[in-house]
Amino acid sequence: MASPATALKVEQVAVHFGGLVALSDMNFSVGEGEIVSLIGPNGAGKTTAFNVVTGFLESTHGSVSYRGTVLNGLRPHQIADLGLIRTFQRTSVFPNDTVYDNLLVGLHRQGRVSLFEAILGLPRARSSQRRLRERASELVEWVGLERRAHDLAGLLSYGEQRLVGVALALAAEPSMLLLDEPVSGMNASETHTFVQLIRNIRDRGVTVLLVEHDMPMVMSVSDRIVVLNYGRIIAEGPPDVIRNDPAVIEAYLGQGATRA
Amino acid sequence: MKLGAAILTIIALASVPLWLRDPYLMNALITTGIFIIGAMSLNLLLGFTGQLSLGHIAFFGIGAYVSALTSLGFDIGLPGGFRIVHDPWPPIAGFLLAIIVAGLCGYLVGLLSFRVRGAYFVIVTISFAEVVRLVALNWIELTQGPLALTNIPSITIGLPELGSLTLRTKLQNYYLVLAVAVAAYVLISRLVHSHFGRAMRGLMENETLAVSVGIDVTKTLTLAAVISAGIAGAAGSLYAHYIRIIDPEVFAFINTVTMVIMVITGGKGSLFGPVIGGMIFGLLPVFLRPIMAPEAQWIAYGGVLIVILFVLPRGIVPSLAQRFAKRWNRSPAAGPVTFSERDAKEPA
Ligand SMILES: Nc1ncnc2c1ncn2[C@@H]1O[C@H](COP(=O)(O)OP(=O)(O)O)[C@@H](O)[C@H]1O
Ligand SMILES: [Mg+2]
Repeated sequence: MASPATALKVEQVAVHFGGLVALSDMNFSVGEGEIVSLIGPNGAGKTTAFNVVTGFLESTHGSVSYRGTVLNGLRPHQIADLGLIRTFQRTSVFPNDTVYDNLLVGLHRQGRVSLFEAILGLPRARSSQRRLRERASELVEWVGLERRAHDLAGLLSYGEQRLVGVALALAAEPSMLLLDEPVSGMNASETHTFVQLIRNIRDRGVTVLLVEHDMPMVMSVSDRIVVLNYGRIIAEGPPDVIRNDPAVIEAYLGQGATRA
Repeated sequence: MKLGAAILTIIALASVPLWLRDPYLMNALITTGIFIIGAMSLNLLLGFTGQLSLGHIAFFGIGAYVSALTSLGFDIGLPGGFRIVHDPWPPIAGFLLAIIVAGLCGYLVGLLSFRVRGAYFVIVTISFAEVVRLVALNWIELTQGPLALTNIPSITIGLPELGSLTLRTKLQNYYLVLAVAVAAYVLISRLVHSHFGRAMRGLMENETLAVSVGIDVTKTLTLAAVISAGIAGAAGSLYAHYIRIIDPEVFAFINTVTMVIMVITGGKGSLFGPVIGGMIFGLLPVFLRPIMAPEAQWIAYGGVLIVILFVLPRGIVPSLAQRFAKRWNRSPAAGPVTFSERDAKEPA
C-alpha cells in the first residue's frame, strides 16, 4: 500500500509552561484520509498538542504544517479556515442557543456573503441562508439529534452535548478533524454509534486525529496510533503493534503493575 | 418580530400625530425617538456582542457635530498657516457624513480595543468620549466651544420632480425620526439574522468554540462597532438638525448612561427591547417634571429601573416573551400544565 500524502506534519514541537515540560521534541505526521489516534495517560500532553496544532497555544519550539502551509503564528480562526477543525475535551456548545442554531453558527465558513447582500436581503444572501438551514437539518439528523433540534444546547445531557460538539465541528466542513476525547461521558450504545460516525466521516475523505481513552474503541477505529507519555512519544505504529508494545503497557499500567 | 406585528407597530406609531397635538409632547416624542435610535445602536454592541460601550454618546455627538458643521460651513486655521474653508453643504450631506465619520470612529475604537476585550473596551470607549468632549469644548474656532453651534439648518429632502421640502415642523421631524428609526431597526435586524449576527452571538456565548469554527473575533466585533457607531452618528445628526443648537454637553456621560438604562430595561439582545426601554425612560421626564425637582427625577429613574429589573430581570421584552412562550407554546400534551403554570409565575 502506497503511503498517502502527508496532511499534518508536527516537527520537533516543544511546549513549556514555566518549568513544566508539557511536550518535548514531538514529531509525527498524519496522512490524508488516515485515522490516527494520539493516546497516553492523563497529563501526557495530548490536549496541549491539539492546542498547538489548532493555534490556541504557541509552541515553545518546533513547527506545524498542514498541507504545506506552516501554521506557526496563525490565529485559530485562520487555521480553521484551512479546514483544520477541532473539538474540545470539555463539553463546548453555545449553551443559550438551540441545537439547530448551534449548527448554524458552526456553518459560518459556508455562509459567507457580503455585508451588503446580507443587509439588503439580496437573492444570493437568501439562497445562502436557505442552503445553510438545509445543511443544519442534515447535520442534526446525521448525529441523530433530530428530537433535540429545538432544545437549548445547554440543557442537553452530557453525551448529547458531546454530539453537538462534533456536529459543530463537522458543520465547519473540515478536511481534517481533531477530536479530543469525544466519547468520554457517552454510554456504550452512544459510543458504538459514534464509532460508525467517525468511519463515515473518514469515508467522506476527512482526515481524523483522535485523542481517546477508550482503548477498545481506539484499537478498532485507528489506522495508526501515536503514544505519548510525559510529553514524549514513546511508541508509534498500527494497533496490533501498539497493543503488545512493552513501553506502552508499562506507561498504561504503571510501575505498580510491573512490580506486581 | 413577525411582519404583521411590525407593520401594526409602524402604523400605530405613524398615527400618533393624528391624535396628539400637544407640541410639548410631540417634542418629547421626537427626542425620545432620536434616543431610541441611539439605544438600538448601543444594543447591537451590548446585546449582540456583549461589549459595553460606556462612551457611546461620543458617536452620537460626533454625528451631531459633523452634520452641523457640514451644513453650517467653517473656516479654521491649522498650524503652519494653512486654512481649511468649508462652504455650507445641504444638511442631508451632513447626515451622510455623520454616519461615515462616526462609523470610522467606531472602527478606530474597535481596532484599539478588540484585541483585548471586556473591561478594556469599556475604558477605551469612556476615554474616547471624554477626549472628544474636550476637543469640542476647546477647539473654539471650529465648534464655538461652550458657546454652542447655533442656527443649524433643518434637514431638507429633495424629491425629484416634486422639488424640495425643508423639515421644520414637529410633525415633519416626527416622521423623519420614525423613518430613520425603522430603517435602523431593519438594518440591525437583518444584520443579526445574517451569518454576521450568528458570528456575534457565537462569540458572546463561547468565544473559544466560535473561533474554532473559523469566526474572526476582531473582524466581527469591529464590524459591529462600525455599524453601531454609524447608526449612533445618524441619530446625532437628526438631533442636531432638529434641536438646531448643540454644545459639548451633548457628550455628557449621563447621556450614555441613559442609553444603557434604556437597553437594559427594555432587554439587551432583543431587537424591540430598546424601543420599549427608550419609550419609558424617554417619556418618564415628561410625567415627572411637573411633580419633581430634577434631582428627585434621577432618583425616580433609579427606582423605576430597579423595579423593572426586579420583576423582569432579563429586561421587559425578553422576560415577557419568555413568559408568553411558556403560557402558549406548552400544550398539555407536552408537559404537565401545573408545572408550566408554576414556572410562568416565578420571577426567575
Ligand atoms: N495552560 C496551562 N498552563 C500550565 N500547565 C498546563 C496548561 N495546560 C496544560 N498544562 C499541563 O501540561 C500537561 C499536559 O496537559 P494536557 O495536554 O492537558 O494532557 P492530556 O490532554 O494528555 O491529559 C499537564 O501536566 C498539565 O497540567
Ligand atoms: Mg486532554
